[in-house]
Amino acid sequence: MDETIISFEDVSVRFGTITAVNSFSATVEIKEFVSLVGPSGCGKSTVLRLASGLTEPTTGSISRATDNIGYVFQDATLMPWRTVRGNIELLGELEKMDRTERQARADEVLALVGLTDFQDHYPLALSGGMKMRASLARALLLEPDLFLFDEPFGSLDQISRAKLNEELMALYVTKQFASIFVTHSVDEAVFLTTRVLVMCSRPGKIVAEFHVPFDYPRDPTIKYGSEFTKIAGSVAEALKDAS
Amino acid sequence: MTDSVETTMPQNDIEVLSGVERVKRKIRDAVPPILLFLLFIGLWYLVTFGVLSEDRRWLLPPPHQVVVEGFFVPETLAEILNGLWQSTKVAFVGLTLAFLFGFSMALAMSQAKWIERSLYPWAVASQTVPILALVPMIGFWFGFGVTARIIVCFIIALFPIVINSLTGLLSADRGLHSLFTLHSASRRTRAVRLQIPSALPHIFTGLRTAAGLSVIGAIVGDFFFGRGEPGLGLLLDKYASRLQSEELFSTVFVACLLGIVVFWGFGLVGRRTVGNWDPYWADDGQT
Repeated sequence: MDETIISFEDVSVRFGTITAVNSFSATVEIKEFVSLVGPSGCGKSTVLRLASGLTEPTTGSISRATDNIGYVFQDATLMPWRTVRGNIELLGELEKMDRTERQARADEVLALVGLTDFQDHYPLALSGGMKMRASLARALLLEPDLFLFDEPFGSLDQISRAKLNEELMALYVTKQFASIFVTHSVDEAVFLTTRVLVMCSRPGKIVAEFHVPFDYPRDPTIKYGSEFTKIAGSVAEALKDAS
Repeated sequence: MTDSVETTMPQNDIEVLSGVERVKRKIRDAVPPILLFLLFIGLWYLVTFGVLSEDRRWLLPPPHQVVVEGFFVPETLAEILNGLWQSTKVAFVGLTLAFLFGFSMALAMSQAKWIERSLYPWAVASQTVPILALVPMIGFWFGFGVTARIIVCFIIALFPIVINSLTGLLSADRGLHSLFTLHSASRRTRAVRLQIPSALPHIFTGLRTAAGLSVIGAIVGDFFFGRGEPGLGLLLDKYASRLQSEELFSTVFVACLLGIVVFWGFGLVGRRTVGNWDPYWADDGQT
């Protein structure tokens, strides 16, 4: 780790009388894949909104080394009136990217997420997993330096979720983007990321941090190993204490 | 992500109805209303010939006589068709104006809360004030001809357009709004690329309701504003006052047909425009 891409310095956010996030301090390095776990309503999504600039901190400061951010939401948030390709090209249009370049980039990310054959389909005709792939592809179009994942696979079935975990890891290995990955799943957090931050609720702040030492690309079978189980157990214990 | 993704993609995720299934579904949907219509005609004959004595049969002439007198006597047919044309024109102009004004109003309301707070009560008021109470005023200001009838259509069609358009414009996905904010989209870009497309299913729902209402407005308007070329409403009034029951019934039939055609037409436009991607309109927009 050599350079910080985003850093939170004693950040607090209050909505009226409710303190959503309190004294939150953390840094994410370039190419680092960090996960954020915590009980429902502890302010994980607020941290992502802070990271993107969609929400301003009430106190504290955030410094960010890039404005090129990819945001993947819990739902696929695709435009139902646009085809898969139309959705993927959206951010290129908003950023006034040259049409030829935009289409070439869309071809590339469509192939990357395995949706080339479905590029002319409307989201209505896609499964949950395919929609989420399209959502990932949309965020990939601009080759973001920092990815924010707001529990992107939470609504998927277990098999699709496991598959997308592996695919996301493959993407990370290829693209080496920095990420903050919000999830409720301890296994997912330990399997995917290099560092797991545990947040407590009301007000949300970091109460524990775990380093995950496995090299990338990680094989799904590491989940059955004793070291993985030990780390996941510790994270789960910290999460239980935080709830 | 690897190529293996494509091979594992579940094809049955995509619901594709075959041609035969579509036809079957259409037949299944069409049979009940047709049966009900036949039952209705049967009951009609029963009342005409079984309940009413011959000297009172003018109260409900038999269906075939209505068809013959209304549609096979050239003078009557010409009169009814001209009335249909006049009413259609009035309804169409009133609806177009209501759409232009109503959609602009909704778009303005969707852009700023203070505009919504200012205009919304008036949109509701346009619905709650009984149109009959406004009739003398409309006549007073706009005369008792076509313009007044158009105004009635306009007022009656405005509310569903405003409310449905506003609901649609405000219902755009929050996540997508966040993406537009992240990429510094202008207000115009947000409206054109996000809010208006997102509102289309609601807009068509509003238009279909408003179109039906504007037909009612055009016919009702005739009863109060009788100057100029007669529409279907004036013909109904004339036939009723002269006890021309066959002509009266055939005019009622044409008025109903106009309402059905307008409803169906806007349904068709809605299905063609947004049926590819909106679950409600994809399902024929019938519910």
